Amino acid sequence: MKITREEVEHVARLSRLALDETEIDALTGQMDTLLGYVEKLDQLDTAGIVPTAHAVPLENAFRADDVKPSIGLERALQNAPQSEDGCFVVPKVIE
Amino acid sequence: MHSRYEVVIGLEVHVQLTTKTKIFCGCSTAFGQQPNSQTCPVCLGLPGALPVFNRQVAEYAIRAGLATNCRIAPRSIFARKNYFYPDLPKGYQISQFELPICEHGWLDIDQEEGERKRIGITRIHMEEDAGKLLHDGNRGSRVDLNRACTPLLEVVSEPDMSSADEAIEYLKQLHQIVVYLGICDGNLEEGSFRCDANVSLRPFGQAELGTRAELKNINSFRFVKQAIEYEVERQADLLDEGGKVVQETRLFDADSGLTRSMRGKEEAHDYRYFPDPDLVPLVVDESWIEQVRDALPELPEVKRQRYIEQFELPEYDAGVLAAERTLAEYFEALVALHDQPKVCSNWVMGEVLRALKENEVAIADCPLPPALLAGLLKRIDDNTISNKIAKKVFEAMWQSGDEADTIIEKQGLKQVTDTGAIEALIDEVLKANPQQVADYRGGKEKLIGFFVGQVMQKSRGKANPGVVNQLLKQKLAG
Repeated sequence: MKITREEVEHVARLSRLALDETEIDALTGQMDTLLGYVEKLDQLDTAGIVPTAHAVPLENAFRADDVKPSIGLERALQNAPQSEDGCFVVPKVIE
Repeated sequence: MHSRYEVVIGLEVHVQLTTKTKIFCGCSTAFGQQPNSQTCPVCLGLPGALPVFNRQVAEYAIRAGLATNCRIAPRSIFARKNYFYPDLPKGYQISQFELPICEHGWLDIDQEEGERKRIGITRIHMEEDAGKLLHDGNRGSRVDLNRACTPLLEVVSEPDMSSADEAIEYLKQLHQIVVYLGICDGNLEEGSFRCDANVSLRPFGQAELGTRAELKNINSFRFVKQAIEYEVERQADLLDEGGKVVQETRLFDADSGLTRSMRGKEEAHDYRYFPDPDLVPLVVDESWIEQVRDALPELPEVKRQRYIEQFELPEYDAGVLAAERTLAEYFEALVALHDQPKVCSNWVMGEVLRALKENEVAIADCPLPPALLAGLLKRIDDNTISNKIAKKVFEAMWQSGDEADTIIEKQGLKQVTDTGAIEALIDEVLKANPQQVADYRGGKEKLIGFFVGQVMQKSRGKANPGVVNQLLKQKLAG
């Protein structure tokens, strides 16, 4: 096995996914197959090869430090399920 | 401080940059605006919005790197740091992980008895800030995303500090540098310079580090000291009782002076960093680095040394004057006009700083520019007025903005050096105090001070004290 049930549960928790027992079983099997497939890459000798961060051969895409108009409070909050005094409202965060 | 354990401290400092716009969009970074008024699809994290990097942020990062003796990476990349929190709209923070822009730097800090200690800087990376959570609403927590996407530098030190005082020294120096460089406003209360401290203990002689606690939420130098000292005591007590330090994040509470465990965030430490596909690599070539290096201002430490050598100032003066860039510029402008560095230093550190403090004015807005002050110092130097009268003139200049000569003329403060006029005053004083004159002549020579005082008073401070002294002695002797 490339991946354990516990690891699937852990990743699901980090991703805020609520999975039931059958889903966890199914995903453990599927993710195991996926990782097994990708493992083929380990056969390549990658010593001395710089890891690829980007597929496009581009660098230094810059913006000048010039202020552009913002979209305005009303539009910013337009999709918010809840708002108050110009702020997004979220469930109480306990620190 | 405990003598049984060695204290090990590493610091992470978040430096908010003074760019006009955010790191990945053109929204303004102005502080204190109406909540969420400075937002756009990029910093709101709306689907499909693409970040574009603000070149000025790289420029500032290179400045910070060069000023802290770092190596500037020829190629660096942005990474996503994934975690869920309501102040982070995208569900990830754009930061740098494997290839930060600066690495392997150091700062030398002062210790007792003039010793210097080198503190390593592991790395400096660029990242975006999160939004602000407000907990005073009635229905839940409120989120203001004006701060989201504001550019930060995170400066990570090596665990090279071994006391709260060393940590403060390091922080003060780093603070001075970023303000000097003009890349941070240095405002601790507004959160422009924030510090997290990693603190651990180990028995003396042990090579491996103890388990550390990360202290967050410390927004003044004084609190850094309090938080570290409290944490050292807490961990020492724990270890003494045979307990173990748990690796955790602890919040400093300024009201109680305690640190307390911040539960519920343990899981979030699994950040699953990966290169951000929306942002291409940043490539910095030698010519860019040299261009930034050439434009660097003289740094406080170098300036301090120069003041000691070139101007022959005491170490204390040099430290005070070099601490703030605007103050140093004021001082140097003054010395350029009045070539007596120690006199200039005395006036800047004395009258100027006092008046600024009393009137709550910043040196940049000083109503008495160097040229005016130099005009006053010239009049002391050529004996037109005494040092004491000069302080009076200084006050008047501060109020009116007039030249020293104008005030001296208008208020008739010109020092009397004319021996005839002074002799007349002395004669009056001696005549009025026959008993003291007899006592003086009988051997109570200390009375000279009394006579000088009387004459100066009669002249309303305008008589030249040197001349008064000399003439008095002659007359009393005769």
